[in-house]
Amino acid sequence: MIDSLRKGKATEISRIQANQICVDYNGLVALYDASLELPGGCICGLVGMNGAGKSTFFKALMGFVRPSRGNILINGQSVKHAQRDQAVAYVPQNEGIDCSFPVSVWDVVMMGRYGSMDIFRIPRESDRKAVWHALERVELLDLRRRPIGELSGGQRKRAFLARAIAQRASVLLLDEPFSGVDVRTEKLMAELFIQFRNEGRTILISTHDLSHVRDFCDLVVLINKTVLAYGETSKVFTSENITMTFGGMPPNLLSGPITSEDSL
Amino acid sequence: MINQAFAVAGPFTWLFDPLSHEFMRRALLVSALVGAVCGLLSCYMTLKGWALMGDAVSHAVMPGVVVAYALGIPFSIGAFVFGVGSVALIGFVKQKSRVKEDTVIGLVFTGFFALGLVLVSKIKSNIDLMHILFGSPLGISNADLMQTFIISVIVVVFLLIYRRDLMLYCFDPTHARSIGINTTFLHYLLLSVLSLAAVAGLQTVGIILVVAMLITPGATAYLLTDRFDRMTTLAIMSSVISSIIGVYISYWSDIETGGSIVLVQTIIFLLAFLFAPRYGILNSQKSIP
Ligand SMILES: Nc1ncnc2c1ncn2[C@@H]1O[C@H](COP(=O)(O)OP(=O)(O)OP(=O)(O)O)[C@@H](O)[C@H]1O
Ligand SMILES: [Mg+2]
Repeated sequence: MIDSLRKGKATEISRIQANQICVDYNGLVALYDASLELPGGCICGLVGMNGAGKSTFFKALMGFVRPSRGNILINGQSVKHAQRDQAVAYVPQNEGIDCSFPVSVWDVVMMGRYGSMDIFRIPRESDRKAVWHALERVELLDLRRRPIGELSGGQRKRAFLARAIAQRASVLLLDEPFSGVDVRTEKLMAELFIQFRNEGRTILISTHDLSHVRDFCDLVVLINKTVLAYGETSKVFTSENITMTFGGMPPNLLSGPITSEDSL
Repeated sequence: MINQAFAVAGPFTWLFDPLSHEFMRRALLVSALVGAVCGLLSCYMTLKGWALMGDAVSHAVMPGVVVAYALGIPFSIGAFVFGVGSVALIGFVKQKSRVKEDTVIGLVFTGFFALGLVLVSKIKSNIDLMHILFGSPLGISNADLMQTFIISVIVVVFLLIYRRDLMLYCFDPTHARSIGINTTFLHYLLLSVLSLAAVAGLQTVGIILVVAMLITPGATAYLLTDRFDRMTTLAIMSSVISSIIGVYISYWSDIETGGSIVLVQTIIFLLAFLFAPRYGILNSQKSIP
């Protein structure tokens, strides 16, 4: 089922390896000296303030912004190579798509299979199965014939997650997959990620909900323009580290969402 | 005399009589062919938001046509070179300056077009300016017919091979890149195909109106469906039908062919705009309460 997983099955090969990445936007530094190494079969949380460079990190991993320094390997290969092998699926924070585009939910999820099809992109039975399963996973099967523009924000988010699932990649890069989805879907997605991890995939998730990190992230990366701390959640996700990450904010964040500004 | 002909051939004289003329058969053939090609491409143009780009490329081919005639090479080669050249120049100026894209596009294509006009008046040749500007399917030469045919085949072949990739590129270029599709290639493919289609369209409706061929059928189809495949079929159909009706009207009422084809297209668009099942203004109002 998961061809792309076979590559790099040996857990010695890092799924994601980023060495001293530096990214700047027209001279404005967004990320410097960021290093990260993720093994196969783990869920890693990426945590940092707004503007800390989480999305930038994802874009660098996908080769969408060119790092001014550093190099990145996915499954021990160059990013381009890994992408051609369908080894990496990416769901951006904002899809930035034209929502009046004449495609159905089914069509969109099928786009996740394009890379595995021949040049004409004619779906085979296996592709249809993969799409069906992916839609089932995110509970969008009933809405598969809907035009993508006629979904709610959260449903659309699930559709794009389904596309990433249908790709059957061994590395999933999900930029804030939980923003704007309901509690039920949140739970569903968490279960899904845990299952993926057990299948040997590696999932990098950025999130602003710190309880997610404690609940199901094996590893955590704390960033603020660079990797401040990184490692097993139980060791790294301490109140001191979190305080540091959020620029001196008291770590009572951990005990629940901030309710008012008086904690400042 | 004319009455007699009507009496003999019955009510379909208006349909069949023109077909007895060689020039009309050719005009219908070339118009339908160009209609189909431009109709297919128009889906990508409208979805990608490249109407202005289509306008730019079609105007920018003008000096290429003149130079090609002067040099005695097939006009399509000259047109293609200048079409692609204009696009490259637009990209270059946009990248190297802080001027906004639509400004750069407007600036480059008018510059090219002006160059074409100057060249026409300077290079004394047998180019009929009116034919370039307004098209003349009724008087198309064998060589031009052949060129248009070859161009059409090239465009259709590439659009069919890459139809899914191009759709994905228009819809979500980020995803296209993340699954290893070469989007730079697709970008230039679409631009090259656009240049070629503009050259083909120039044969029937002329440089000035080519852009209508490249966007109106797509816009019409867009109002009629939510499915991409159906959109391409509808765009091709409306485009071919407009071309054929346009040529007939032009024949019977002796009006300019390019104008009549585009006018039919516009009328079909207006009909869709008013009566389309979901997105027509008359129907969408019903669903408000
Ligand atoms: N395209 C861009 N051009 C210029 N600067 C940018 C661009 N994208 C991001 N930045 C800057 O880079 C920094 C990091 O941005 P990034 O989007 O990576 O943050 P983030 O951690 O994802 O934040 P958020 O939690 O709000 O999503 C910010 O200071 C931002 O202003
Ligand atoms: Mg972000």
